[in-house]
Amino acid sequence: MIPSLSWKNIWRNKVRSLVVIGAMTFGIFGGLFTWAIYVGMTESRVKEALTKEVAHIQIHDLKFLDNPEIGLKLPDPAGIVRFAEGLPGVQAAADRLKIVAMINSSAASSGVNIYGIDPEKEKRVSELYTSVFDSLTLTAKLKLTDPAVIAAYLKDSTGSWFGSTQRNPVIVGETLARKLKLKINSKVVLTFQSADGNLTGGSYRVCGIYRIDNTLFEEMNVYVRKPDLATLAMLPPEQAHEVAIFMKDGKLMNTAIQSLKSEYPDLEVMSWKMLLPDVAMLSDLVEVSLVVIMIIILAALGFGIVNTMLMVVLERVKELGMLMAIGMNKTRVFTMIILESVLLCLTGAGIGMIFGAIVIEIFNKQGIDLSAFAQKGMEAWGFNAVIYTSLSWTYYLLVAMLVIITGLAASAYPAWKALKLNPADALRTE
Amino acid sequence: MNIIEINNLVKIYDDRKSVPVTAINGITLNFREGEFTTIVGPSGSGKTTLLNMLGGLDEPTSGKILIDQVDLSQLKSREVIDFRMHNIGFVFQAYNLIPVLTALENVEFIMHLQGKPKAERQQRARELLDQVGLGDRLHARPGKLSGGQQQRVAVARALASKPKFILADEPTANLDSKSAETLLDIMEKLNHNEKITFIFSTHDARVVAKAHRVITVEDGLVRSDVDYPEH
Repeated sequence: MIPSLSWKNIWRNKVRSLVVIGAMTFGIFGGLFTWAIYVGMTESRVKEALTKEVAHIQIHDLKFLDNPEIGLKLPDPAGIVRFAEGLPGVQAAADRLKIVAMINSSAASSGVNIYGIDPEKEKRVSELYTSVFDSLTLTAKLKLTDPAVIAAYLKDSTGSWFGSTQRNPVIVGETLARKLKLKINSKVVLTFQSADGNLTGGSYRVCGIYRIDNTLFEEMNVYVRKPDLATLAMLPPEQAHEVAIFMKDGKLMNTAIQSLKSEYPDLEVMSWKMLLPDVAMLSDLVEVSLVVIMIIILAALGFGIVNTMLMVVLERVKELGMLMAIGMNKTRVFTMIILESVLLCLTGAGIGMIFGAIVIEIFNKQGIDLSAFAQKGMEAWGFNAVIYTSLSWTYYLLVAMLVIITGLAASAYPAWKALKLNPADALRTE
Repeated sequence: MNIIEINNLVKIYDDRKSVPVTAINGITLNFREGEFTTIVGPSGSGKTTLLNMLGGLDEPTSGKILIDQVDLSQLKSREVIDFRMHNIGFVFQAYNLIPVLTALENVEFIMHLQGKPKAERQQRARELLDQVGLGDRLHARPGKLSGGQQQRVAVARALASKPKFILADEPTANLDSKSAETLLDIMEKLNHNEKITFIFSTHDARVVAKAHRVITVEDGLVRSDVDYPEH
């Protein structure tokens, strides 16, 4: 009956209670939606990093990342790939050549990393190929039938993932393509130091332009066929500088890393968090800072609730005196007041969470398009300009717990004041 | 048999900020089971203070109050609350019903505090409200009841815990004459038929007229204590 009485007491002053509930609703909704935006952004960044940039794990020679010399090759890359693919949770592994080079077009030049890959194997560890649109697929996807429109799309098409029959195809990022004024079929020259220590260069044709959410990555990384690069670099075709591993179960990543380190103690085995510490830090920092933001929101709301509950106690001094007179002990009086506060908070938070969940789900599907305002800036940092909000149920649970704590904390002082009442004096109150 | 024994009761209010006030200056009284007693006196005479101490709502400065041979001053505060719940019923001047509960729920409330099962609570609450003539207003909230009806609910609530006695502090003060008469008739009937002990604090002559015993208190002392068996 005490919970029922507490609930009914909330509605004695409907306007006041609705104001408090409204404040809690908007506060929680605001907090959750902010959370969902940042979590969505972070998840999107991490996903992009894993699926299109670095994969989950990379293996190199110990000195390679500090000084990427062409001679710092991996011993038995095929064996490493086989071992890695046998580990639990691993989806696939692929070996790559990685050479620091200059890329030159008729307009400009730029420093890049050249990745020599097996295009088909690479598809198993990276989704970068999905960011290179095949022109025919694109027109089919869009169901275009007008030849003029199709021609316009083909003119602006981004080519294909090594579908060209040309000699020495290269795939470049859109940012680099704009910098070097490249289009499909444009000619570039890649210049680097080969295995024999001489400067060498080769002519390549752009067969595809990829576009991801990271303009810096687009500017720095180009992809060629491994045999083509190996020939130019005077390296045996089976050699590699890097093995990239993609996990189908991210939770087993650390276990896989331990196994690889044990098997290859002389090689550097790094997780994506070590390869991209800024992204890893972002992921951790966002979580902590958003919890702090939510606590601040609830603390601010809590002060309002303290005020409300103090008014509730002061208005009902006589009634509280009566309740104590007829035999309601202090524990029950305390519980009744605490419950009023907690139920008030949970009602507002519940509505805020439902509202928040609906809005978050809507924007999870259609996204918040900030491209008109901040596309360049966001992509410079590796973020998609369209944010897809995301929030798992554990966050809602955390918010519910914080709300209960707020309700308890906010009503503790008013409830204590109620306990201090002398029933005889309280009954005399006008 | 005495259900209440008061021995040389003294109550002095001293908040250290103003002159101490002696509300009760040495009262010795006994109350028997089945009494219908009024305590009368001018304002400030100490009758409400006396009632508060009989109800365990206030502690004496000195002296003893024994209720059914239990010395209230020896009980801890939690025990006093528990004792009140099981042994003493209250009817206040200003009804003091819980406004968000129905008449039935208000009467049930004390039995809920006592831990009685729901079916028993509801059964007894219905019977009591029937006894006070409100069998057809079980689900009405206090806001929908007249002053007299609310006070009858308060009487039913006071009876719900099967107390040893009921303390009624100016129960008719806020009622019109008809309602007051109805209420007093109900209380008188309960006293006569069920031997329920009522102790009133009142200025109301109608209450005094029905009392079997009238105790006059003035300046914290009992000035007279007269039985009226013919009432």
